[in-house]
Amino acid sequence: MTALAHVPTTSGQSAVPPPAPRRGRRRLLPYLLLLPGAAWLFLFFALPLLQLAAASLYDPSGSLSTGYSLTWAFGNYPDALQAYWPHFVRSFVYSAIALVIALLMGYPLAYGIAQKAGRWKNLLLVCVVAPMFTSFLVRTLAWKTILSDNGWLVGLLRDVHLLGADGRLLATPFAVVLGLTYNFLPFLVLPLYASLERLDPRLLEAASDLYASSWAAFRRVTLPLSMPGLIAGTLLFFIPATGDYINAELLGTPNEYMIGNVIDSAFLVRLDYPQGAALSFLLMAAILAVVFLYLRRAGTEEVL
Amino acid sequence: MRQMGAKAQERDTPAGDLRLANLTKRFGIFTAVDDLSLTIPQGSFFALLGASGCGKTTTLRMIAGLEEPTSGQVLLGDRDIARLRPYKRPVNTVFQSYALFPHLDIHENVAFGLRRRGIRKVTEQVDRMLALVQLEGYGRRRPAQLSGGQQQRVALARALINHPQVLLLDEPLGALDLKLRRQMQIELKRIQTEVGITFVHVTHDQEEAMTMADTVAVMNAGRIEQLGAPADLYEYPATAFVANFLGQSNLLAGEAAGSAGTDVPVTAHGVRFSVPADRARTDRGPVYLGVRPEKLHLVDSVAQVPSGHQHVEGVVTDASYVGVSTQYLIRTGWGSEISAFVANTGAGRQLPVGAPVVAHWDARHAFLLPREAGADSDRTTPLLDEQPPVGALS
Repeated sequence: MTALAHVPTTSGQSAVPPPAPRRGRRRLLPYLLLLPGAAWLFLFFALPLLQLAAASLYDPSGSLSTGYSLTWAFGNYPDALQAYWPHFVRSFVYSAIALVIALLMGYPLAYGIAQKAGRWKNLLLVCVVAPMFTSFLVRTLAWKTILSDNGWLVGLLRDVHLLGADGRLLATPFAVVLGLTYNFLPFLVLPLYASLERLDPRLLEAASDLYASSWAAFRRVTLPLSMPGLIAGTLLFFIPATGDYINAELLGTPNEYMIGNVIDSAFLVRLDYPQGAALSFLLMAAILAVVFLYLRRAGTEEVL
Repeated sequence: MRQMGAKAQERDTPAGDLRLANLTKRFGIFTAVDDLSLTIPQGSFFALLGASGCGKTTTLRMIAGLEEPTSGQVLLGDRDIARLRPYKRPVNTVFQSYALFPHLDIHENVAFGLRRRGIRKVTEQVDRMLALVQLEGYGRRRPAQLSGGQQQRVALARALINHPQVLLLDEPLGALDLKLRRQMQIELKRIQTEVGITFVHVTHDQEEAMTMADTVAVMNAGRIEQLGAPADLYEYPATAFVANFLGQSNLLAGEAAGSAGTDVPVTAHGVRFSVPADRARTDRGPVYLGVRPEKLHLVDSVAQVPSGHQHVEGVVTDASYVGVSTQYLIRTGWGSEISAFVANTGAGRQLPVGAPVVAHWDARHAFLLPREAGADSDRTTPLLDEQPPVGALS
C-alpha cells in the first residue's frame, strides 16, 4: 500500500514523467487499425444493405424505366411471401437434407483425417480442398455432365434396373441436393477437422478406462469436444446452401427452384426490384432465425 | 472410508491378486516387455521402477487394456483379463497427463465412471471422494482452473471412485514440482492405506518408488532385474544395474575363485578383499565388489582402520559440501574414482582436495555381483547426479 501511495508524488517530480501524448496515441492505435476494414464494411456492406432495405419499400408499381419512389410500401413483404413461400420451404428442406447427408459423410471423414490418417493427413486434406481450385460453376457443370440422361452413370443405373427405362438423375430434386452436398462439403469438413485434430486421444483412453464403450466415449467425449467445429461447420454449410441458386439452376428445373433463383430472376429477369429486395430481407431474417434457434439449442457456450 | 475398502474386498472373488504370466509385448522387431511374470498381492502398493523405455508403461497399459499383449496372461484372481476391452476391466488408471475431460467440471469428471455404469445418484459419492483428496467445494470448476497438483488429485479421485480392484498410476507425480511431489507421495500412501486397493505405480524416480511402495520391481530392457522390499533392493542389489539405478554404488571389478568358509575372497586390481558368503550373488568368475558411498568411512592412515573392515587407499580429488553430508571423490591407487558420503555430524573435519585418505568399510556392508566378462573397469555413479542420493537428502 505504501508503495502505491508513493507513486503519484514521485512520478510528479521524477526525471521521466509519464509520456501522456504517446499513451493517447497508443490508445487510438486499435481504432486506426480498424479503420480500413470498417470503412470497407461501411461502403460495401452497410450502405448497400441500407439501399436494399429502401428498395424493398419502393412503390411496387414503379419500374426501371419510370423510376421508383420510396412509398414505405410494407405490403411488399406479405405479397412476396404469399407468392413465393413454397420456394422458401424448398430452400430450407433441400439444404437441411444436404446438411444431414454432408454430416453423415463429413464427420467420419474429418475424424479419420484428424485422428487416424497419420502421415497421409496432409494429402487427404489437400484432396478435400482440391475441388476448390476450380470454380464453383465449373464443378457444378461437371456434375451436369455426369448426371446427364445419356451419361454412363444413368446408363449403368438403368442397366441394373435401379432406375426405370426413362428414369433420370438430372433435373430432379436428387440432383440439386447432391449438388448442394458436394459443393459445400468442404466448408463443413474443414472446421470439423480443426476441432477434431485438437482432440487428445489420451482422453479417449481415459474414457475407455472409465467404463465408456466406444459409442459412449464418442457421445460423451469426442462429440462435445468437437462441438465448436461442428457448429461452425454446419453454419458455414447451411447458410450459403440455403441461399444458393446455381445448383437448382444447373441441376434442376423450375420445379426445383429455390428462393435464390426467385431473387435472381426478380433482379435480373423480371426487374422487380422491390420484390427482389423484400425477398432478400425475408431470406436473411429466416436464416438468422434458424441460426439463432440452432445456437440456442446447440449450446452457445462453445461458440460465444 | 473403511466401508469402501470392505466393499472393494467383497467384490473380489477368491483372491484379488494380480498376476502377470509370461507377458510379452512386441512392437515390430522391438520387444518392449519380454516374458514378464510376477504376482502383485491384493492390497499392496507395488512400484514398477525403471528408466524411460524399459517397458514399465507398456506393462501398465497391458494391465489397463490400452495395449494388447503379444502373448501371455494378465490374471486378476483366476480370471484372465488380457483380452478384455479396457471398459470391461475392474481396473482404473491415473494417467501421467491426468487426461481430465476439459469440457466437464470436476464433479462430472469424477462422476464419469459411475455414470457410464448407469449409476444415477452420484452426488454423495463424488463429494465423499472429493473430500478424500481434499478438494471439497471444487466440484463446479473446470480442470483448466485448477493447479497441477489439484488436477492430479482429481485424476486420482476419478479413478478411485469406481472402487477398482487395481489402481494403476502412470508416473502421476512427474509433472509436479519437488515440494508438491513429496506432499503427494505421502498423501497417495495415506489414501492407499485408507482404501486398501492394490496400487500399481510406474515411475522412473527411485526415491518415489522407495518412499511409497511395499514392493519395488526394477525393470530394465523389458525384464525385471530385481523385485523386493525397498530396503532389500537397496542393501543387497542383485545386479549392477539395480546397484546403480537404485541410489549410487561403487563397483570394483574383480575376480572371485570360490568361497572359503563363510567368506568369498575377491582380488581386484591386485588387492585382496573379502565379502561374507551371504552377501555374494556369485562366488566365482568375474565379479563386482560393491559398496554404497555412505557405507565408506574416511580415515587418515591404515592404522586407524578397525579390524574386520576392508580398506582402499587414495587421494581426495573432489569434495562437495551438500549440507547433510560431504560427498568426496577419491582416486584409488589404480586410477579409478570411488565416491564416499560423510554425514555432517559435526565430528571430524572437511578433507581438502589432494589429501591422502584411507576409505574403509565393514565387510558386511559390501556385496558381490556377477560381472560380464567384458566389463573390466570399475563403475561408480557420477557424484553430481541430478537425482539426490537415497537417504542422504530426504
